[in-house]
Amino acid sequence: MSKAPRLRQALRTPMGIATAILSALILLVAIFGPMLAGDTADRIDTDAIGRHSGTEHLFGTDALGRDIAARVVVATRLTLELTLFATLIAVLGGLILGVLPAVLGRRAGRLITATVNLLVAFPGLLFVLFLAVIFGVGTFSAAFAIGLGAAPATARLVQNLTAAVAGTDYVAAARILGVGRFRIIVRHILPNIAEPVALFVAQVAAGILVAFSGLSFLGLGVQAPDYDWGRLLNEQLDRVMVDPMSAVGPGAAIVLTGITFGLIGEVVAGASGGRGANRPEAEPVASIDEQPTAEAESALLHVDHLRVRFPGHTAVHDVCLSVTEGEAVGIVGESGSGKSLTALAAAGLVPHPGRVSARTLRFADRDLNRQAPKGTSLAMVFQDPMASLNPALTVGRQLAEVAEVHHGAGRAAALARAVARLGAVGIINPEQRVSKRPHEFSGGMRQRVMIAMGLMGEPRLIIADEPTTALDVTVQAQVLALLRDVRDESGAALLLISHDIAVVSQVCDRVVVMYAGRIVEELPVGDLADGVAHPYSAALIGAVPTMTTDRDVPLATIPGRPPEPGEESVGCPFAPRCARASDRCRTEEPVLERIGPGRRVACWDPITTAVHELEEVR
Amino acid sequence: MKAAGTVTPVAAEAGAAPVGAGTSGSLELRHITVRYGRGRSAVTAVDDVSLEVPAGRVVGLVGGSGSGKSTLGRAAVGLVPITAGNVLVDGVDQGRRPGRRPVQLVFQDPFASLNPRLSVGASVAEAVPREDRARRAEEVARYLDLVGIDPGMSTRLPHALSGGQRQRVALARALAARPAVLVADEVTSALDVSVQGAVLNLIRDLQRELGFAMLFITHNLAVVRYLADRIAVMDRGVLVEEGPAGQVLEDPEHEYTRALLSGVPRIGEPLPESAGAEGAKTAGAAGAASGTDEGTETGNR
Repeated sequence: MSKAPRLRQALRTPMGIATAILSALILLVAIFGPMLAGDTADRIDTDAIGRHSGTEHLFGTDALGRDIAARVVVATRLTLELTLFATLIAVLGGLILGVLPAVLGRRAGRLITATVNLLVAFPGLLFVLFLAVIFGVGTFSAAFAIGLGAAPATARLVQNLTAAVAGTDYVAAARILGVGRFRIIVRHILPNIAEPVALFVAQVAAGILVAFSGLSFLGLGVQAPDYDWGRLLNEQLDRVMVDPMSAVGPGAAIVLTGITFGLIGEVVAGASGGRGANRPEAEPVASIDEQPTAEAESALLHVDHLRVRFPGHTAVHDVCLSVTEGEAVGIVGESGSGKSLTALAAAGLVPHPGRVSARTLRFADRDLNRQAPKGTSLAMVFQDPMASLNPALTVGRQLAEVAEVHHGAGRAAALARAVARLGAVGIINPEQRVSKRPHEFSGGMRQRVMIAMGLMGEPRLIIADEPTTALDVTVQAQVLALLRDVRDESGAALLLISHDIAVVSQVCDRVVVMYAGRIVEELPVGDLADGVAHPYSAALIGAVPTMTTDRDVPLATIPGRPPEPGEESVGCPFAPRCARASDRCRTEEPVLERIGPGRRVACWDPITTAVHELEEVR
Repeated sequence: MKAAGTVTPVAAEAGAAPVGAGTSGSLELRHITVRYGRGRSAVTAVDDVSLEVPAGRVVGLVGGSGSGKSTLGRAAVGLVPITAGNVLVDGVDQGRRPGRRPVQLVFQDPFASLNPRLSVGASVAEAVPREDRARRAEEVARYLDLVGIDPGMSTRLPHALSGGQRQRVALARALAARPAVLVADEVTSALDVSVQGAVLNLIRDLQRELGFAMLFITHNLAVVRYLADRIAVMDRGVLVEEGPAGQVLEDPEHEYTRALLSGVPRIGEPLPESAGAEGAKTAGAAGAASGTDEGTETGNR
């Protein structure tokens, strides 16, 4: 894994540099401070008692005439040692308490969880004071108390993370392979929770530093003749009004070290989370053929040379697509083919940091290059209806909102329309169902609700992105039929995104096949029976068994895998997997060319046979 | 990746135990009931299901989401506590004994079933039985090779592999444990369409070559039709139909099976006449339209 380079990269940022310098400084002072300044710090000078800060003594001297600045330097080691010791206790305690419930039996696990919950709920400082009193006043016991005090919070985090990892399939797999509990913890759980725990520990350390200084300041921590920063603050307390500088030294040291702990956490987070710096984008050379078509002018949605770029790669390459009024167009492709992004671009919903550019991006006389699509003429239906509905609001409220916001309808009128729309999409008892929340609906019903929401306005285009992928086949057919019925009634056009060419063929007039961010073929659904022209389309159909596939023959397969995002090739992107690929395919990218009425294909050597063997299309 | 769909016959390699060793058992699920929760809020995910997977055969288990098919699969490998009933492998009750299970499971999502911090070789190695520890590296290479993964990739972490490759590794891990029976839970539904076929071919070839019994769980009737000798249909935790594949698909007895079959999208075939209302199953299936959700999200987690 590229962990080391990522850490190096994180250290090269301004914050990383500052963190490295501060950490090094504190460490050096902790190691060499007592050697260099030890004598000065302990020298009692009865002539210089209670000196104010000045050139001779940076922060003045204390009640015994000792130089405070030197004492701050010397105290660094003890303060750090105690902080790290307490942190160690917190981490050990937290890890043990946090991981145990996952491996113990259900009852013991619950007991531990409940205990930790109770301790977390208990005020932290009170808990520490309580422990400090029990263990007695003293340096070691204070560190112990603080460490234990921070353990419940750490345990809580570890418990949550562990529970998440323990529920994963790979831990389940290890269990059925008979891997022992201890090995599961060490090999499967701990490595996968290490990063967030490390982050949390950095914060805990900063908190412990402050807490410990507080204890010492109160006189419960480090006892004379030892001293840490908190103790130094305590000693200067009565002078703070007269000579503030005497308290500034230890105070500043605490703040600076605390910040450094926090910064270390940030740097570790930066190194572990997210991707590194963005690679500079190479501007791809566009192969643009200039032929504006007549149909484009009248299209409801017209997309010309659409490109969607993300840092480091181009996800959609020069896609030209138009949907006319009332037409149903299906985009078929695998994950990463750019089919969803194409649809999202048409709706102005491409997620950050994606950048959309197009020569033309027009929907219903609205130039989407300049304006966002507005109003209710565009309806979206997503794959996961649970994620696209607000779980906290009733379904009726969410639907009514559309009418209220966009049509200025009153509350009652809007709700009445919501009820009507829910009825229109086949929801039984819509009058009662409007007051239910999304979780009270099943997957298929939620998808109906999403469609109803689109119908609250007068949609001219419905974009449905894998609307049935999360549904059962029986429900899938109903939702698809509903989309068809809705279209028949409202006259809206449909842009249906799916990985399943069969689904698209049932609902759409025209199929667009995408691969690696490009349209590779476009054809009327009726022509599917005559066979497709692009080898990828043919393979896509042949690779999936259907109810008529010959059981005795291996499935047609496509060797290799789709290109990863950012994996750019010369020539046809499908060439590495294509049995028909020639040298030309590997060097020159084919352009989308018209091969018949309504048919376009981007291939140098399209399949021309009328009936191909891969699929018996009825 | 190797050319998809071809399996190198390494089983007969000299010195190594044949890959198929131990993979010839039968699985019998007797009156399995799985219930979650207690008292009134209890949900019965699997209700008194009996199912047999004879040695060397493939039984397809189909059903919608919430039908309890995955829960039954997990119960068979001991991942889900069984409320009532027995799991028998080769006629021996599996009880609740810990340790390596004679039934292994291949999970749906290859992105979740491999430890991201463990090299794929290490993941497979964990499955190698203790008595073969000495030859572990050899065994790992053999099983990776068997599923069409270059053994040289064994030091890679899962994130460096594609979905199809990961699923192959997961399959290698399950086979390396020398299971008597394999349970495959929706193994292709998280994969890209273009690699599904290759993985299905691989599973089919391995099953025929090694002859292990397999419970193949899927929601996809076309996939099950392609692989299974017998088909069992579950709906709302209940086994509604079971029989030879051809018979179940061509002459289904139960309403729900008919509904499932009519829902399969086919290229160029028209959709049902009307979208119907929610709850109303296409063919008025079991339980019919009582206003309840069509998938009351039972179990299946």
